[in-house]
Amino acid sequence: MANRPLRLLWLQSGGCGGCTLSLIGAESPDLATALDAANVDLVWHPSLSEETGAEARAKIEAVAEGQEPLDIFCLEGSVMTGPNGTGLFHRMAGTDTPMMAVIEKVARRARYVVAVGSCAAFGGITAANGNEVGAIGLAYDGKQAGGLLGADFRSASGLPVINISGCPIHPDWFVETLLQISAGAFDVVDIDEWARPVSYTGHLVHHGCSRNEFYEFKASAEQLSHMGCMMENLGCKGTQARADCNIRPWNGSGSCLDGNYPCINCTAPGFEEPGHAFAATPKISGIPVGLPTDMPKAWFVALASLSKAATPARLREDATKDRLTALPTRGKGKR
Amino acid sequence: MSRLIIGPFNRVEGDLEVRLDTSADQVQRAEVTSPLYRGFERMLHAKPLPDALVYAPRICGICSVSQSVAAARALAAMDNRAIPPAGAHAINIVHAVENLADHFTHFYLFFMPDFARETYAPEPWHQAAAERFAAVKGTATRDALPARAGLMQLMGILAGKWPHTLSIQPDGSTRAITRSEKARAGVILTGFRGYLERTLFGDRLENVAALSSRDALYAWAEAQAARPSDFAHFIAISRALDLASLGRTSVPHMSFGAYPNADGHFFSRGLFRGGVGTFLDLGAIAEDVSHAWYRQGGEHGSPMHDAPPPDATREDAYSWCKAPRLGSEPVEVGALSRQLVAGHPLLRDIVRLGGASVEARIVARMLELALVVPAMERWLAAIDTDAAFIDHRPLPANGEGVGLTEAARGSLGHWLRGEKGKIDHYQIIAPTTWNFSPRDANGTPGPLEQALEGVPIRAGETEPVAVQHVVRSFDPCMVCTVH
Repeated sequence: MANRPLRLLWLQSGGCGGCTLSLIGAESPDLATALDAANVDLVWHPSLSEETGAEARAKIEAVAEGQEPLDIFCLEGSVMTGPNGTGLFHRMAGTDTPMMAVIEKVARRARYVVAVGSCAAFGGITAANGNEVGAIGLAYDGKQAGGLLGADFRSASGLPVINISGCPIHPDWFVETLLQISAGAFDVVDIDEWARPVSYTGHLVHHGCSRNEFYEFKASAEQLSHMGCMMENLGCKGTQARADCNIRPWNGSGSCLDGNYPCINCTAPGFEEPGHAFAATPKISGIPVGLPTDMPKAWFVALASLSKAATPARLREDATKDRLTALPTRGKGKR
Repeated sequence: MSRLIIGPFNRVEGDLEVRLDTSADQVQRAEVTSPLYRGFERMLHAKPLPDALVYAPRICGICSVSQSVAAARALAAMDNRAIPPAGAHAINIVHAVENLADHFTHFYLFFMPDFARETYAPEPWHQAAAERFAAVKGTATRDALPARAGLMQLMGILAGKWPHTLSIQPDGSTRAITRSEKARAGVILTGFRGYLERTLFGDRLENVAALSSRDALYAWAEAQAARPSDFAHFIAISRALDLASLGRTSVPHMSFGAYPNADGHFFSRGLFRGGVGTFLDLGAIAEDVSHAWYRQGGEHGSPMHDAPPPDATREDAYSWCKAPRLGSEPVEVGALSRQLVAGHPLLRDIVRLGGASVEARIVARMLELALVVPAMERWLAAIDTDAAFIDHRPLPANGEGVGLTEAARGSLGHWLRGEKGKIDHYQIIAPTTWNFSPRDANGTPGPLEQALEGVPIRAGETEPVAVQHVVRSFDPCMVCTVH
């Protein structure tokens, strides 16, 4: 634990507030305990702090002008640069200043800069469909390095913007990053090629998916609600998406796939424009376009046809049912 | 007369600015500004119809399920499809979890911390309020966060995750549950009921739900003094500060109806005007952009036919929030409105005696916690785990649909038109769009703007605490408001 409190300021811009709401659902520990454990002094948070109006502005301005130090700056939501670069799609309430100018000043004062959620990291959902509003991330505009702060930006800690991407974040992704920073144990080895914490992007969503057996035998779901693998027909990107959603449960026990709907790769830049309907797999000559990230295509096709031929009846039948009906036994076991 | 600009206005969801013209000791005139625009309605244009279910929930991370429900219903309305009973129960439970979590979060994290403010230090009740409800540091935060997270575990079972589930579809719920999951969902509800009965109310939910007059409520709260009851604690403060006279509106109250099943809505659809419930004419809903940063489209702001584009240069505008009107009237929406329309005797009595006030709005939310948890227990019990939760049929490629629901904060509507499988038109009117609307072409202020007129200002205040109580009593969701 840091021996002096870590001053943390959280601002929101072009987003939905869902990352904060996900975060306050943190369990084991709950958010209040986590903030204590990380020895955080919350300078201001839009949903949690007492101060409003001028009191809040004074706290933010003291940081922006360098009168008060800042250890961690968290931005939730995209930086709004539109219309025409003016930033007027988000004016900071109580001022005439575009929020993007406030964000930049504060970010350049912080020891660590954390983009909370895919909007703050890359632009996210707010940048969808032509990005009429000019929504960008702190250090990326979609897949393009740069964003608001520039590709070469490093905070005083020497790290680039830490991109805790996700739509929304899992509370633990933030809590663990915070605890690591607090312990002085978050460094360049802890981030991946998109500056996301490897603690969760070191995994594929596929890892721990309860449908793995259906995947192995290419027993595919045909509708949202079916038990089978959702890769072939329902747009599931679990074999390419980087996150630990099926190892680290959401809200106690869930995940998108456990909810019987596909992974839409929400931790990746550009996920908001998949180029196809989210819940439909694009195919060329019957073969899904998005194959597992690092598997040779010919091998995938060969193994898929082989495993399809070997699919147990139990999986073939349950793949298109809304619940598992067969027991994994020799002969005909029914639940 | 002097001008006061309050912003950033926090402990509301999203961005808010309030501009006040004040005399020495009260607000004379208010303008409410929503300073953030993201453009979801235009973003949805030309997207495949089912993708509305991915984009729409991401309008708002606090009312995410409400947005899903409205989008799914708008798609379902294209060919008037119905969903199987088990799916309807599952979706109602998921929606209720979100709505109740919102009421709960509002009470503990957004609204009550204002009573811990230094400005109230001389009041005899201040020390206890500060210990219990101070922002972040109060004991209530530590009790409430785990209780809330426990309730949200129902989302893990029934909806995959929260926020931003894709489980709610026009045909039903994607997530059938097993017999053991049903049992586990039940114990999660029992746990949440336990928190409410031990800590929030200090009494059985059924006893709170049965309170039928303001006198009965006040007597109940006094009788609770001996045991922990955060709600009774609020009533004591509210009476000391006379919050029943603060932040009053005199506009009609609207509800689109909440939690539908085969028997109709659990909380009915309608309008409450002049003390009585009446018919709601949905065709009279229109959006006015005379004081908002948009160019007027066509057809008098009809949400099914008009889609005004943004225009940040408009001189006479002061908000990104449009001004929805019913006929030419502003209306209030929210838990209070819902209970007035549904005819709950406690809220009808409170409003008859003192009008729609800060106190009435808070009481309505707490009452809904007491009313809806038992209903969720019944819906869960009614789920047949062997039955279909979803009945898949392809969406029509063309057509139009309206999806109406009640979010925690009130009436939410989506109006869409599909053409060749793509979204051709999409308009959204969210609860706080109604409550925090700017003036319309007639110069009529929105509900909050009306509620703020006459609010008292204590000596030396720059962020008048009474103004904060009034604003937060609506539990505004600004990210929904403008979307």
